[in-house]
Amino acid sequence: MTPEGFPFAKPSWPTGVPRPEPERRVGLDYAHEWSRRYPVRLARAVVLDNVTRPAARLVAPTTVRGGEHLQHVAAPVIFAANHASHLDTPLLLTTLPVRFRHRTVVAAAADYFFDRRWKAALWSFGLAAIPIERARVNRRSADVAAGLLEEGWNLVIFPEGGRSPDGWAQPFHGGAAYLARRTGRPVVPVHVNGTRLVLPKGAQGRLPRRARVSVLFGTPLSPLEEEKAPRFAARIEKAVAILADEVSSDWWSARKRAFRGETPSLRGPDAAPWRRSWALDPRPETDRDAWPSI
Amino acid sequence: MTPRPGLVLEVDRSTPPTLFWHGERFALERLPEGSRVVYAPEPLPALEDPPGAIRHALLHPLGDREPLPALLRPGMRLTICFDDVSLPLPPMQAPDVRQLVIEQVLDMAAEAGVDDVVLVAALALHRRMTEAELRHALGDRIYDAFAPHGLLTQHDAEDPSNLVHLGTTDKGEDVEINKRAATSDLVVYVNINLVAMDGGHKSVATGLASYRSLRHHHNPATMLHSRSFMDAPSSELHSSNWRMGRLIADSGVKIFQIETTLNTDTFPRQFGFLQRREWEWSLRDRAAYVATAAALDRTPPRLARQIFHAIRAPHALVSVQAGEVEAVHAVTTANVWKQQGVEVDGQTDILTMGLPYISPYNVNSIMNPVLVACLGLGYFFNLYRGRPLVRKGGVVIMHHPTPWEFHPGHHPSYIDFFEEVLSVTTDPVEMSKTYEESFATDPWYVHLYRTGHAYHGVHPFYMWYWCAHALDHLGRVIVVGGDPAAVRRMGFSPATSLDDALEMASDVVGRSPSLTHIHTPPLLLADVR
Repeated sequence: MTPEGFPFAKPSWPTGVPRPEPERRVGLDYAHEWSRRYPVRLARAVVLDNVTRPAARLVAPTTVRGGEHLQHVAAPVIFAANHASHLDTPLLLTTLPVRFRHRTVVAAAADYFFDRRWKAALWSFGLAAIPIERARVNRRSADVAAGLLEEGWNLVIFPEGGRSPDGWAQPFHGGAAYLARRTGRPVVPVHVNGTRLVLPKGAQGRLPRRARVSVLFGTPLSPLEEEKAPRFAARIEKAVAILADEVSSDWWSARKRAFRGETPSLRGPDAAPWRRSWALDPRPETDRDAWPSI
Repeated sequence: MTPRPGLVLEVDRSTPPTLFWHGERFALERLPEGSRVVYAPEPLPALEDPPGAIRHALLHPLGDREPLPALLRPGMRLTICFDDVSLPLPPMQAPDVRQLVIEQVLDMAAEAGVDDVVLVAALALHRRMTEAELRHALGDRIYDAFAPHGLLTQHDAEDPSNLVHLGTTDKGEDVEINKRAATSDLVVYVNINLVAMDGGHKSVATGLASYRSLRHHHNPATMLHSRSFMDAPSSELHSSNWRMGRLIADSGVKIFQIETTLNTDTFPRQFGFLQRREWEWSLRDRAAYVATAAALDRTPPRLARQIFHAIRAPHALVSVQAGEVEAVHAVTTANVWKQQGVEVDGQTDILTMGLPYISPYNVNSIMNPVLVACLGLGYFFNLYRGRPLVRKGGVVIMHHPTPWEFHPGHHPSYIDFFEEVLSVTTDPVEMSKTYEESFATDPWYVHLYRTGHAYHGVHPFYMWYWCAHALDHLGRVIVVGGDPAAVRRMGFSPATSLDDALEMASDVVGRSPSLTHIHTPPLLLADVR
């Protein structure tokens, strides 16, 4: 037996045998229970606090506000945030108060984060991600998420279903609202600002660009009696929009605009793409080189 | 996921090398393009509740039999017989299915107030089982309840005081079986049907019989006309057993037959690559193969043998049926075919087979050259229905080290058979006429069979007769990697490599022969069209 070819190398596939669809224990079928066992949680906590948190702070110096809203809310809760960058999740996780941080799972797109086993394992371990079907409402995903909430796990969910393509938010789906109604747990609206500048969508392959970011937690919301999920989802979206308004102005002005019904939409103006880009907030301060590198 | 059926693969350029068993080792051989490889079906799912299924079978018997509890009453003589150490292969992980079944039978007997219960291991002419083997098959609970009182017995085909002659069939066959069983009010036979050959009337008519009775169907003429043993309607061996079984039934012996079938889950997880198709080997399988092969290369044969014989198969119970012998066996056979059957189109010029370390007759023992021949030509050659896999005048190439080595305690008569008989003739008919009687009646062999753990003196002859159909059918038998002297003694041709063997075979089947390899174990049964 010489160390070349089969069995040292992968076997070739006989031409006469039809290749079966590979058994995909990925996506929604990925078994992620292991990522919530105690030793894994412990290892994740060590990594999150000692690697992820400093690294996130390094590329994105963060201002966290609104933490006081979480002081008197009982876990578990659902954190619903706007979503502009891959940085949002580690940033959000590392800014959560400790009592939430290490007992939180993240709803992640099954088709993106769980399409390969190594990716699924990486995100399950690193961020306690669970696969969620984002294209449509999926009972299985919902059952898993609701089950975890009932077990006492907090859930981070991005109701837009994906990162913003242009900096403006997309319509909020009803997942977070549905889970809140189903489990009776409150939803904490969160606004993350500035991550788009650090690592925007479509920036694969390039290093993150350092920029200041902010995370703002809002008042926990619970569904009103007889408030259906779509209506509650709209309310969550509005709460995040108010937080966004607060970030770009101040709390009091934002509140007043909210009561007058004049809160700017998260989704931006309904206009040509360039005007939508133009209407985005001016860039926050970024660290730029004094001279262009030649 | 539904288990996949068997597969006949046509080897092409992109087919990876094929796994061949080679005794306590393996080899990966690249077969010529256009060859076929027959793979066994995947294991059927295990019964979810084996004790529940057994109970259901006992309460809902097939054929003309009442439920078992209705057959049990105080004051009756009950004899429970069970298959011996030759089944299943490899021995299954505890609890053995015999234990599961017999415990329930005994529960029912206890409930009915039956006091006179004896257990009999249906050995026929096989070696007696050791205490450890009995404990493994029956479990400690049964062993400790019966063995100390002498109520756990092993059939002794040479004990005239415990044999009874029930008569002769219309073909003149003597039917002489275990007296305790024949004089019981009810015989419960607990069987494991590993291949389609097992079970049916063969259980009692062979398992509990004497040499006087067995010689009527364990002879060259019967074996030559059993085509094959796995297809009862075409098997003279079975026809004879059926005649005897019916005579036993007509004599008033009431048999409640319990037959079980197992799935083809043959090897534990660490040897999972042995039952997977090569192109589907995962990194783990390949690593396990490389590590196992490398370790075995450095392991003394004796130690390797011990390691392999320690393997306990994760076989799972997939069916259990009870009741009248023939009704039960029809269902059992169908279940065996459902698990093991593979359809194969047409015969082949050359049949290749990798022979493993174990056969029914060397559990916890040495696979001597006669058993190698029996496993290859008696068993694997006969794993067919319809026509043999290899054409008349074709070649069988077996892969096995075939050491000139015998277990003196288990196979004493094999040593003399190999030295004195095979050195003179390899013709089953001639040896049966000239030598069989003297071996069968040799007092030393009888003594070893009755008091030690030796196979009966005539057993090596039966092993050779088992090959009779193949020896008559084949043009040549080649053994790859075998001890040349031992291989030549049996009239076969030794080859050092598969390529050499194919070259040698071309003398018989021409330069461009068709080739089929049976990828077994796990076991398969070829339905040759």
